[in-house]
Amino acid sequence: MAYQFDFLPVLANADLLLQGAFFTLSLTAVGTLLGVGLGIIGAVLRAWRIKPFSQLFGLYVELIRNTPFIVQLFFIFFGLPALGVRMNEWEAAALAMVINLGAYSTEIIRAGIQAIPGGQLEAAAALAMNRIEIFRHVVLRPALAKVWPALSSQIIIVMLGSAVCSQISTEELSFAANFIQSRNFRAFETYLVTTLLYLAMAILIRQLLAWVGRRFVVGGR
Amino acid sequence: MHKIQRHLLNLFIAGLALSLPSAFADGLSDITERGVLKVAVPQDFPPFGSIGPDMQPRGLDIDTAQLLADQLAVKLELTPVNSTNRIPFLTTGKVDLVISSLGKNPEREAVIDFSSAYAPFYLGVFGPEDAAVSSLADLEGKTISVTRGAVEDIELSKVAPKGATLKRFEDNNSTIAAYLSGQVDLIASGNVVMAAIAERNPKRVPLMKINLKDSPTYVGLNKNEAALLTKVNAIIASAKADGSLNAISEKWLKQPLPAGL
Repeated sequence: MAYQFDFLPVLANADLLLQGAFFTLSLTAVGTLLGVGLGIIGAVLRAWRIKPFSQLFGLYVELIRNTPFIVQLFFIFFGLPALGVRMNEWEAAALAMVINLGAYSTEIIRAGIQAIPGGQLEAAAALAMNRIEIFRHVVLRPALAKVWPALSSQIIIVMLGSAVCSQISTEELSFAANFIQSRNFRAFETYLVTTLLYLAMAILIRQLLAWVGRRFVVGGR
Repeated sequence: MHKIQRHLLNLFIAGLALSLPSAFADGLSDITERGVLKVAVPQDFPPFGSIGPDMQPRGLDIDTAQLLADQLAVKLELTPVNSTNRIPFLTTGKVDLVISSLGKNPEREAVIDFSSAYAPFYLGVFGPEDAAVSSLADLEGKTISVTRGAVEDIELSKVAPKGATLKRFEDNNSTIAAYLSGQVDLIASGNVVMAAIAERNPKRVPLMKINLKDSPTYVGLNKNEAALLTKVNAIIASAKADGSLNAISEKWLKQPLPAGL
């Protein structure tokens, strides 16, 4: 018996899918801004071995990079209330994404910082740049420029990984897809449309990050 | 010719009249003569019936079967069945009764008879004792966890007020975890699931707040067993009156027998 394709029940719920996609992008934006910020702090502390914070960040990086994202998410949402820390599903999802991306970007950016030749720092000092100027222009920007492609893919991975946030009832794109599928049982059509939406979002984010990279990080000043 | 035909017809009717009452009485007298009540019980559906650590069936249905056997003053013989073969076991005469979390529906009623209800089975909204929720309107402003796509999700989505927040989870365990960790105020599920929670986490025992769908369980009997049906109903009625059915419900479902059952 041939399967009868019917996209109408899915398209009738297009508003749910678009709303879910918007929430996924919002979560990704929050996760990226705070996560990369956290990563820059961690990277500097780790690269310059500022004790005891460098060890603390080392522990954090090992803990987060060696445990599954969904377990971190469940721990925050289902586990922490036992300690009196209760947050709703949006806060839990955003926090999980921030700490996850924070750990990965710490290592990515640290690699960029450590790849800067020592002579470059000495040259900056010889030019009488102050510490803040040296950090901005000689350390951070060249470091980010070196690792920008790696950082971009990590951000896209986190965006795609946010799909599991539907498990704690966060109503992002995967939640919308699962919800529609549970109501009309049109699994193939629903997940095909959802797949295409994720693909479009990933390409969109990549283009956006490439533009940000050219405009603010890699390009001229 | 005519006379003979009428005689034959009379004879036939007389024969029917004689045979029918004895057929009605058969099931019950068979059981008492045999001294054994054969009952089909579930083996894979706790808390109604499951295999215990001692490899013996145990559960609400088994206790109910024992109660009936005791009242009939006969021994009990259990036959483990599953939800697909429980009615064939009855209709082919392998067992006298089916006590296997059996709900009533028109298709089944066409094939077998049902006693009065002996245990509650329902989907509802459950919550902690101090939650002041008694009607659908009280759900306004509350968060309720529910398993996405389950019957209770469909039912609750239809009737929940606009201000109620349904948090839909992938599976039963997440739905329960959300309730137990306090991420939601209430949980929508079946009373069987609630009994399982009560067994494992007696601190936040969920109590029934709103009934969404009722499907109590009945003892299934073969058709044309009027005497047996009357006897079973009488035993259930007296067990309801003297509290022994309530005790079974408290034991396995952690909830008292609903008044209207």
